[in-house]
Amino acid sequence: MTLPLDHYRTEYARARAGRPRGEGEALARTRDEALGRFLDRGFPTTRQEEWRFTSVAPIAEQAFALARPPAGAGPADVDRLRFHVVCAAELVFVDGHYVPALSTRGALRGSARAGSLAAAVSGHAPNIDPHLARVARDGSAFVALNTAFFADGAYIDVPCGTALEHPIHVLFVSTGQGGDTPVVSHPRVLAVLGDNSQASIVETYAGPDSARYFTNVVTEIVLGEHAVLDHYKVQRESTAAYHVGSIHLRAARSATCSSHSVSLGGAIVRNDVVAVLGGEGGECTLNGLYLADGQRLVDNHTTIDHAMPHCGSREMYRGILADRARGVFNGKIIVRPDAQKTDAKQTNRALLLSEDAQINTKPELEIFANDVKCTHGAAVGQLDEDAVFYLRSRGFGLTDARRMLIHAFLGDVLHRMPLAVIRTSVEHVLERQLARALGAAA
Amino acid sequence: MLTIRNLHARVAGREILRGIDLSIRFGEVHAIMGPNGSGKSTLARVLAGHPEYEVTAGEVTFEGEDLLAMDPETRARIGVFMAFQYPVEIPGVNNAYFLKAALNTVRKHRGEEELDAMEFMTLVRDRMKQLDMDEDFLNRPVNDGFSGGEKKRNEIFQMAVLEPKLAVLDETDSGLDIDALRVVASGVNAMRNADRSFLVVTHYQRLLNYIVPDVVHVLSDGRIVRSGDKALALELEDKGYGWLEQAVGSPVRELR
Repeated sequence: MTLPLDHYRTEYARARAGRPRGEGEALARTRDEALGRFLDRGFPTTRQEEWRFTSVAPIAEQAFALARPPAGAGPADVDRLRFHVVCAAELVFVDGHYVPALSTRGALRGSARAGSLAAAVSGHAPNIDPHLARVARDGSAFVALNTAFFADGAYIDVPCGTALEHPIHVLFVSTGQGGDTPVVSHPRVLAVLGDNSQASIVETYAGPDSARYFTNVVTEIVLGEHAVLDHYKVQRESTAAYHVGSIHLRAARSATCSSHSVSLGGAIVRNDVVAVLGGEGGECTLNGLYLADGQRLVDNHTTIDHAMPHCGSREMYRGILADRARGVFNGKIIVRPDAQKTDAKQTNRALLLSEDAQINTKPELEIFANDVKCTHGAAVGQLDEDAVFYLRSRGFGLTDARRMLIHAFLGDVLHRMPLAVIRTSVEHVLERQLARALGAAA
Repeated sequence: MLTIRNLHARVAGREILRGIDLSIRFGEVHAIMGPNGSGKSTLARVLAGHPEYEVTAGEVTFEGEDLLAMDPETRARIGVFMAFQYPVEIPGVNNAYFLKAALNTVRKHRGEEELDAMEFMTLVRDRMKQLDMDEDFLNRPVNDGFSGGEKKRNEIFQMAVLEPKLAVLDETDSGLDIDALRVVASGVNAMRNADRSFLVVTHYQRLLNYIVPDVVHVLSDGRIVRSGDKALALELEDKGYGWLEQAVGSPVRELR
């Protein structure tokens, strides 16, 4: 049973009344339209092709309360989520609300900006009107829901010709507040990189173990000509949380963007990445790594839209599914009629650690140009028992042997993530999760 | 050190070993010869604890302990090493990391100090020199993309680093050219001492020119049909396995 959407209508009216004055007419209209779109469509069901293997019924059936701004200093465990390396900025959001006291922005150079999106909206920052809610305009009902409801998020502006030496870390922490009524936060990220600029941006999502809440995030990224972006999303939510997120990327001529997605937490997780190569000579890399155990579900949907000629894309996803976990991978590559000389390559490999784990994997190629190179490959398998025996015959215990092989399997994609601090912190979380997954599988 | 009594084993429901009796003392080198399908490799894998091989009868003791009751990693830790006939490729696992972790696991079990990176490199460089190996090999993934000969050499290299008490070499000679064979054999010979024993499984007598055995056994249809000294190997080379068939009155398949 789906809840009447009235809940969202009521919540919207309340949120609307509480909005800061500075938001302006344009955004108010955008939000109203988005709500209308959401109410029209409702939550997606498994009858829709895009959601065939992913039932969001548990999300649709729950009347989540909008997360309130945190009282006091925020959660104590933010420190363990920080990078502890030099960052151009480290922005901390608690339940979707910016907490300046926990954030640092000292190492931002020149006219580059990183801070609260709500503040950027109130302050009429130049990138808001042309880009906010425009890059992600055609998203799912969840995108519309986020547009209607987002309270805050990150605003990143790297002007033309600016290269940031250190990464920007955007940290979204959920507290699991609300007790019996789980809460939802709708974080929003807008990052605009001007021509010839360069930056690394990391989004981290986390919450307390076994807390039940819903994170519904939308990220919009615009890349100017020759801009270079290294983007990461590290999702390590509570294993009882719901996480639906989409990343919408638009790249101009000769821009180079990579977006790496690491998905380790969450009970129901859906990650969409939509990258539009909208200028000649653009390059796009999408890498992904996911792990699910228990009865968790992780769904990765990616779309790379080759709209112009001479663009290249590389995509590699690797996943581990244990116990009764389910995985979905859908990799769409569109090559538009103009996009001659496209070079696209996609692989998805999944390792099933138990008989009951499953994955639905599907490449989807829509090619409308004739002089292109597109390859895709998917492989699903179990751990190589011969390799396990080989390692054991050299003295490694069964669990160690399995762990080594899994690390090697994931290492292939992990080592493609240039930021060292990501590799270390992901390794760290993986280690813990694998211990649990292997313990349950044994 | 190793005593095998009436060992029966099967794989995929088929009985391959039908009563093996064999005893190896400290410092001895035993060779197991026999035609294809006689059970040579099965014997090696049963000793290493391969999970697909099921022991249906008999016993194996190693230094007085019940070897068959141990899982494969315990066997490795107490000093039983098998050089694989077909070494497994493990992409993504670095050779140096793998070997250091394996060595320290074995050392810990023996109650010895773990080696640090420097000590490990000193040991490894010495063994690599012995086996005429390039150092860049350490930075490659285990067996991944190795030629057949490189894989076999890597097995002997691992053995040289892990220093087992009993080494079972499962057709280590197959696929090696004569130069590689000499290198591998000299690596084995360098390790021979009064406390270490070898069980060398081979199809051909050729290897035994370089690794001279104390005892040669001929395996046929899952049983040892004849044992003798190194002269037996030469006799087999000379007359083929058909000759034994008449001598023992049971079918011995011809060398292919």
